[in-house]
Amino acid sequence: MNRKSPLSTLLQISPISLILGFFLALPIGTILIVSFWDYNAFSFFPDFVWTNYSDALGSNVTYSTYFNTLRYAGLTWLCTFLIGFTVAYFLAFHIHTTRWQIVLFLICTIPFWTSNIIRMISWIPFLGRNGVFNTILQSMGLIDKPLEFLLFSDFSIVLAFVHLYALFMVVPIFNSMMRIDRSLIEAAIDGGANGWQMLINIVIPLCKPGIAIGSIFVVTLVMGDYITVRLMGGGLRASVGVMMWNEISLLQYPAAAAHAVVLLAVVMIMVSLMMRIVDLKREL
Amino acid sequence: MRRKRPTSFYWLAAIYGVFVLFLYGPISAIVILSFQGPSGGLTFPMNGFSVHWFFALFGKQLVGDFETSFLRSLQLGLIVMVLTVVISILTGLAFRKKFFGSNLLFYTTVASLIVPSILVSLGIGLIFNIIGWEVSWTTSGLGAHLTWTLPFGFLIMIAVFNRFDKSYEEAAKDLGASNWQTIRHVVLPIIGPSLIGVALFGFTLSYDEFARTLMTSGVKNTLPLEIFGMTTNVTTPTLYALGTLTTFFSLFMILTAMGVLFYLRRRQESLGSDAGKGV
Repeated sequence: MNRKSPLSTLLQISPISLILGFFLALPIGTILIVSFWDYNAFSFFPDFVWTNYSDALGSNVTYSTYFNTLRYAGLTWLCTFLIGFTVAYFLAFHIHTTRWQIVLFLICTIPFWTSNIIRMISWIPFLGRNGVFNTILQSMGLIDKPLEFLLFSDFSIVLAFVHLYALFMVVPIFNSMMRIDRSLIEAAIDGGANGWQMLINIVIPLCKPGIAIGSIFVVTLVMGDYITVRLMGGGLRASVGVMMWNEISLLQYPAAAAHAVVLLAVVMIMVSLMMRIVDLKREL
Repeated sequence: MRRKRPTSFYWLAAIYGVFVLFLYGPISAIVILSFQGPSGGLTFPMNGFSVHWFFALFGKQLVGDFETSFLRSLQLGLIVMVLTVVISILTGLAFRKKFFGSNLLFYTTVASLIVPSILVSLGIGLIFNIIGWEVSWTTSGLGAHLTWTLPFGFLIMIAVFNRFDKSYEEAAKDLGASNWQTIRHVVLPIIGPSLIGVALFGFTLSYDEFARTLMTSGVKNTLPLEIFGMTTNVTTPTLYALGTLTTFFSLFMILTAMGVLFYLRRRQESLGSDAGKGV
């Protein structure tokens, strides 16, 4: 019997434990502590005050910002889910050779390994006043003057989110679909189910774990984002992340920390709801 | 016999095609526009065709310090890559058995992936601020990047070891191999291709990381921070030239990784099994 000594296990897990301890757990603990500290125009210092929370939770700006961010998350989730499910379904059920499945899957994956910022910037020539879309629409005679809402708007923000994060839906849903026993589908077809019934009664229920994992990724990425909203919103749109970033740049760390704690709580509630659908360890 | 494809196939294929166009269209536009003529602007039409903006990129007066920030990101990416691979292997090996605290470590690692990046950035920044250390890309920046790359490497390794056939290892042990020999000559060659994947994740995620770097890299910018700075003050196609260069560099790394992966798979296939060959 091959038994590992506890010592070797300890040595194997100590690097990751130390790194995550110091650069993840400790920072979050620090944020929690600092959220009770006080600050003035120049510095922040130890104290125990609730003012950061009462400021954060007592202001209507906070609620409207959360509402706005949740709206981005909801819209992005809907779009990425529809795209992700459709693309995964195509790859899993309509491509029959593994080689082509890998090729077509990799084509979707490659952009994920390139810079997010460049991918955001790359919408500028398309969406601007003199961008590709406006030029095409004008030359087709569909509009007389350039559409202003394309760039630096909610539209461009959600578009960029969908562009950046659609892959996070494709991969887990594809993974779930590949695990569906094909004989189930054949049995359903033999039993007289049409394509639609098969989709609703077999594929979607069995894809729930994949959908949940993809949703966790997309929702948490959007909720915590501050760079996409800033860049694609032209600095005119608010999200929770942008609000925090503004406080950080004003060196109001305790205020930002209080917002961070609230954001973490909101995100964790959303994640734990979605985690009910999925046993993460079984998915690996 | 080849079955006739249903109509839905063509619809779905069209949607897939549009999706690919959606993924690659914008970046292609950037590549084309980076070859604008000297009088060209940020949008179409092209005003001639030149490499003017690529040269402008290397002239220091026009943009920030793009070369040093590139070298910095490259070094950081390589360090993160090596650490991610090594630590992921170690953790993966440990997780083949249940141990005290394995659940806690598992969920902490997953949490590292889904905690909003701005919290990691802010938290690390605060710690360094309170202790009185200076944030720098080699310390706080490196740690912040690892919180992002390790979960990917870790989850890949867990998935790999879940599919790992332990009988190879037992065979090696039965034949008298030591623990280290088993890992070196049996386990590592089998999981080798997956490690290329982990390395690719480690490098590219670090090389492109922005959100966790912002407050942790100190006064010296990494390339994504430099590019972000450019978006606010550079209004010429230089921005696109830089985008083109760094995207091609990413593509080069991805293709290299895939090439190595393909080579390793081939080698495994040709050398893989000598069962029944009387070797």
